Amino acid sequence: MSEARSMSMIEAINDALDIMMERDPDVVVMGEDVGYFGGVFRATAGLQKKYGKTRVFDTPISECGIIGVAVGMGAYGLRPVPEIQFADYIYPGLDQLVSEAARLRYRSAGQFIAPMTVRTPFGGGIFGGQTHSQSPEAMFTHVAGLKTVIPSTPHDAKGLLIAAIEDNDPVIFFEPKRLYNGPFSGHYDEPAVPWARHPDSLVPAGHYRVPLGQARIVREGEAVTVLAYGTMVHVAREVAERQGIDAEVIDLRTLVPLDINAIVKSVNKTGKCLIVHEATRTGGFGAELSALVQERCFHALEAPIERVTGFDTPYPHSLEWAYFPGPVRIGEAFDRLLSV
Amino acid sequence: MTDGNLPKLTLHVPEPRYRPGDVVDYSSLAIPLAGAQPRPDETCAADVTHPLCLDMIRVLGDDDRAHGPWNPGLDTATLIRMLRLMALTRAFDGRMVRAQRQGKTSFYMKCSGEEATSIATAMALASDDMVFPSYRQQGIFITRGTPMTEMVNQIFSNRADTLKGRQLPIMYSARDQSIFSISGNLATQYPQAVGWAMASAIKGDSRIATAFLGEGSSAEGDFHSAMTFAAVYNAPVVFNLVNNQWAISSFSGFAGSERTTFAARAIGYGIAGLRIDGNDPLAVFAAVRWAADRARANAGPTLIEHFTYRAEGHSTSDDPGQYRSTAEGTEWPLGDPVNRLMRHLIALGVWDADKHAAMDAEVDTEVRAAVRAAEANGTLGQGLHHPFRTMFEDVYETLPWHLVEQSEQAIHERRVKWPEWSDDADVDAQGGEAT
Repeated sequence: MSEARSMSMIEAINDALDIMMERDPDVVVMGEDVGYFGGVFRATAGLQKKYGKTRVFDTPISECGIIGVAVGMGAYGLRPVPEIQFADYIYPGLDQLVSEAARLRYRSAGQFIAPMTVRTPFGGGIFGGQTHSQSPEAMFTHVAGLKTVIPSTPHDAKGLLIAAIEDNDPVIFFEPKRLYNGPFSGHYDEPAVPWARHPDSLVPAGHYRVPLGQARIVREGEAVTVLAYGTMVHVAREVAERQGIDAEVIDLRTLVPLDINAIVKSVNKTGKCLIVHEATRTGGFGAELSALVQERCFHALEAPIERVTGFDTPYPHSLEWAYFPGPVRIGEAFDRLLSV
Repeated sequence: MTDGNLPKLTLHVPEPRYRPGDVVDYSSLAIPLAGAQPRPDETCAADVTHPLCLDMIRVLGDDDRAHGPWNPGLDTATLIRMLRLMALTRAFDGRMVRAQRQGKTSFYMKCSGEEATSIATAMALASDDMVFPSYRQQGIFITRGTPMTEMVNQIFSNRADTLKGRQLPIMYSARDQSIFSISGNLATQYPQAVGWAMASAIKGDSRIATAFLGEGSSAEGDFHSAMTFAAVYNAPVVFNLVNNQWAISSFSGFAGSERTTFAARAIGYGIAGLRIDGNDPLAVFAAVRWAADRARANAGPTLIEHFTYRAEGHSTSDDPGQYRSTAEGTEWPLGDPVNRLMRHLIALGVWDADKHAAMDAEVDTEVRAAVRAAEANGTLGQGLHHPFRTMFEDVYETLPWHLVEQSEQAIHERRVKWPEWSDDADVDAQGGEAT
């Protein structure tokens, strides 16, 4: 493999876009403020200058329009990578995603496809209030025909984004904005740590894929399996390490398609399962995971499956850290599992 | 099958005239003479207004005098009140940005250069007409008498915040002043204003609704749905479209300004439309009053394009120097609304530099006092937040079992982390970092 260098998640995403635009003239990047300005989080910085305005361009403020034209571009044969500035703003585009992009292959029996990758920052931890903090992934995993991808490291962000862009199905690529510039322990009162000192910030040069549907074992363990994705991978691992718990932490990386084998293998080994996500609890993806584990690992389970999630309220501004599923909530779930 | 002789299609991607460092030349911008625009009767047929959609209603001329049929003829006391409200709003903005830089809150948005669009509007409406604002109409709250300390409490997300620390700073709500709760999602308020106006008509009420959005968010489907419903039901609503030229880094061309004016959308929907100099407080007042009277007379909706300039960044989160020429603002040919009204009052012989300086000092003192009073209730960075249990209230009218459980869990977590903690005196280390 060619030389690797340390990058932030933003830099890794930018690198993936750069590589795919270089390799494939059908890849176009569009969204609000992504052109000259390079995106409000800088994910598309420099791309317009390099690839020109007809491949990297700003759009009107219309998520419905952004997703809708991406469907049309896909029908022509392009591979659009639209950005929705915040996942909280994706809803006006929902009809185009749910009724159109997700079902186009099915309803046309393969005559038309929608090979788009919708990139969108999600999750809290930056005092964004209820319209800049949501984790709506379960709304998309519920839709047949969409793939849902969530990286947790710069290395995976690049490899997963490349795999998503090369995929012929529509992919929703949720970027945990709290992780853009560094991993997160969950201890918000401790100084922020940049990616530079984290081993998973080492990003190989050039093209590589992290296949969709393949989870990553972040930390091997025997006592309990932790299923997490995005920001919560780091928080859960930190809790396990600080409490000295022999946890096996699995970063799911893609929710649909899901690496069910990795989950079953681990839970059958540990006999215990903790599911962690930042999204609201009711109808969250944790419910799906819990059902799957129960269906497939019932006889191996030694304790009830635990779910640690955000509360079923909108994301509050001032009480952000009381809402966030942090070390206390996760730590006590570990304690309950291990006391059985 | 493609004919080889046909020209290659090309994609047009709009480009603003000026980028950082560019010299600005506004000579091609059509700015008609103040007072030159006709003023039709409020109950005229909608198409009578359509030439005004491509024009620009102006009242204050280069001679600082008020001209023409749109001159609202306001008395001196009203003009001075308008000036003071604009100065107060500007002072408030200045203090709030400073507070954000000091870590007292996470975020702020100024309305510098756009004060007339909200303050003159609020003054032209009846005080109980319902306003559906976007996020840059702090001037309406201030004009309608929302206590400034209350606004700062909201911005600081402290324990006196009437919105209980839930909303991003500046996303106020003021039902007592007939102002709807502000959403962070764009253009959603437009159809809601139409619905409120339809309800008022259903009930035979006399109150009308007004809504605000920026030119950028007029690209959202909600804008077009609102236009259609308003036209279909002849809803008593005034649509304010504040064209401040920039949507974060995207210039108005990305919302369609290269083709025609924003006011011209009224033509397609068959409703009344006006395009006004948004930095001319008298033109704003006159146009909004005209449209409000029209709505009240059952003559239907009006779309008003306020042509103005966003003199500062979109918010505290962006640096406009990275994407536009700073000369754009300094050379803006329609000037600054505060200066224009000040010069008008001076020309009328009722104002001078000393009075203006005294007013500036006075509004600054008023703002400082409001900030001090709010600080006593806490800031985002330093504890004193709203009682913790309130996080679970108002999700539903009553707490379902799962939220009862979750609130108990949350309070339990609090006690684990801070054994001394009590919800009634929520002094804690909650704040941590802010963006």
